[in-house]
Amino acid sequence: MRVYQFTEQPYPDAWKDHQGSLRVNLPNRKCDPRVAADLFHRYYDEWLLADELGLDIMLNEHHQTATCMSSTVVVGLSVLARQTKRARLLVLGYPIGHRQDPLRVAEELSTIDVISRGRLDMGFIKGVPYEFPSSNQNPVGVMERFWEAHDFIIKAMTSHDQPFNWESEHFHYRHVNIWPRPWQQPHPPVWSTTGSKSNARVLGEHGYVMATLGTGYNTRELYDAYREGYMSMGRPAPAADRFAYLGLVAVAPNEQDARERGERVASYLRSASIVYLPFRNPPGFLSVEDNARLMRGETPPRSYTKDRRVIDMRSASVQELIDAAILFCGTPDQVYQQIVDFCEYCGGMGNLLMMGHAGAMSHADTVENLTLFAREVLPRLKAYKQPLATATAA
Amino acid sequence: MPADPASSIVVNDIRVELIERGRGTPLLFLHPGIGIEPTDPVLDRLAARARVLAPTHPGFGRSEQPKSFATVDDLAYFYLDLLEHLDLRQAIVVGVSFGGWIAAEIAIKSTARISHLILANAVGIKVGDRETRDIVDIHSIPESEFVQLAYFNPGLGTHDYKAMPDAQVLAAARNREATARYGWSPYMHDPKLRSRLHRIGVPTLLLWGAGDRILSEPYGRAYCTAIPAARFELIERAGHFPHLEQPELFADRIFAFVEGTPQ
Repeated sequence: MRVYQFTEQPYPDAWKDHQGSLRVNLPNRKCDPRVAADLFHRYYDEWLLADELGLDIMLNEHHQTATCMSSTVVVGLSVLARQTKRARLLVLGYPIGHRQDPLRVAEELSTIDVISRGRLDMGFIKGVPYEFPSSNQNPVGVMERFWEAHDFIIKAMTSHDQPFNWESEHFHYRHVNIWPRPWQQPHPPVWSTTGSKSNARVLGEHGYVMATLGTGYNTRELYDAYREGYMSMGRPAPAADRFAYLGLVAVAPNEQDARERGERVASYLRSASIVYLPFRNPPGFLSVEDNARLMRGETPPRSYTKDRRVIDMRSASVQELIDAAILFCGTPDQVYQQIVDFCEYCGGMGNLLMMGHAGAMSHADTVENLTLFAREVLPRLKAYKQPLATATAA
Repeated sequence: MPADPASSIVVNDIRVELIERGRGTPLLFLHPGIGIEPTDPVLDRLAARARVLAPTHPGFGRSEQPKSFATVDDLAYFYLDLLEHLDLRQAIVVGVSFGGWIAAEIAIKSTARISHLILANAVGIKVGDRETRDIVDIHSIPESEFVQLAYFNPGLGTHDYKAMPDAQVLAAARNREATARYGWSPYMHDPKLRSRLHRIGVPTLLLWGAGDRILSEPYGRAYCTAIPAARFELIERAGHFPHLEQPELFADRIFAFVEGTPQ
């Protein structure tokens, strides 16, 4: 198993005074650039530590938000491509559903792949709902735009002999011939995220790495949909390395300290959804059928515990979050067992995207969390033999 | 014709819903983004004195969404084809809000089959400077606030989706999506439209619900100024949807205008 250390690079002072919206319309006057600089340097230091500890690294970007100051992930990737030595660098994700210019994306990511000497994993996502008002991309039809951008980026990274032409629905280019071309051949590994079975199947057909977030003991049906798509292309069942899961992690020498740390990591869940209501569901982001259900006030639950209790991630207790496999929390032995239990339930899950820092966690708190995990849990996870499920849940 | 249900028509392989009612002079009614219902009283008011044809735009309500349609320009060409398909001549074209934008885009292309144009609280043009949004961003406010801004009598615009038949809720969800498909960016306007309005040579009435807080009265007057043979009239006690709030007055004003301005 690979474990990628992840933080959203938040600006936690904003939690104290936000009037109901941490995203989109929170005035940036509340951002002190001196505080932001200290935070960025600190987060990069923690990733350098992760590199030394044998962990891999995951970065993301969001826009106009105090929950994630990384508004252009290329900057963080660039810093770490040069400064880290061995870790894989995963961007999850690069919101190509919003991005104006996929040629620029292909150039940026190829350059980062070269500078890191082939350590880039490129996760493409359509983007989160509340960022359409600020990007001004039309949320209607975003998946078509996403796939055209994807097709173009892959074509640009894999065309080496002569410039090519592109005249299609969303993008128009002539004489495309990127320099440098990527280090990894034919291109850096592609990842994506989803919460829908239909999209999981499509990702399976492509054979890309599929990540889910917050799906806990509701993950298996998504993985199975992926497996069906993967095997429909004439391949054997996908190995565990095709699956990734974003879990919050809090480990400590004793259970009491771990639970307190768990509460601090869970502050991500408490704050991530604080956004002015109309920005949460722009037209076209969800299907017409799903929107009709929402208009009727029907909201399907997203997170379940292992014994099928419904929980609300935003308000659940640390114990409930552990029961739902949203938070892996406890002593090293307990955390190892929780992760293994979850992998067995999934039928194999080979990439843990570990949120080992969140909210206002201090540097010392984070360093202790990462270090203990890397020393006590990671070696055992590396040695753990994953199950290999076929399409049907046991 | 019976009051409902709507029938449908196929134009260029695109099937759309069509309410047809009354006889005499053809009147093409182009609905706003919130759609149209066969029970809307304005339809009977108009049908008392004209042959009303009220289609549901492609992508809205229960009408098909053609894969290639992405702009109001596409809708305008569709309606030019529909006018030809039904061989409508000397038609009165009435558009409200988003439907008014479509009507203006039709008229700048050709008025060969149109006698009179009525634009009611129409969106579609850019009036203010680059840092002034002319049209309230309806996608960034709660529906309750939209209703407060759009209606003189907000009670008329409040819906209980839980009590509605499934098909009607689905149609409302499609209306919301289609409005964004065609009007997300540039937001609810075509930057070229205002400079092309001079091409409209038929008598045109800008009919304006005075209580509209989605659009301003100066916005409507700027629209009027850009069209050579246009007149501006206010409808009191109505907001952004005067056809819903004052259906009788709305129909009376249209026919008075048509009779008073022979082509």
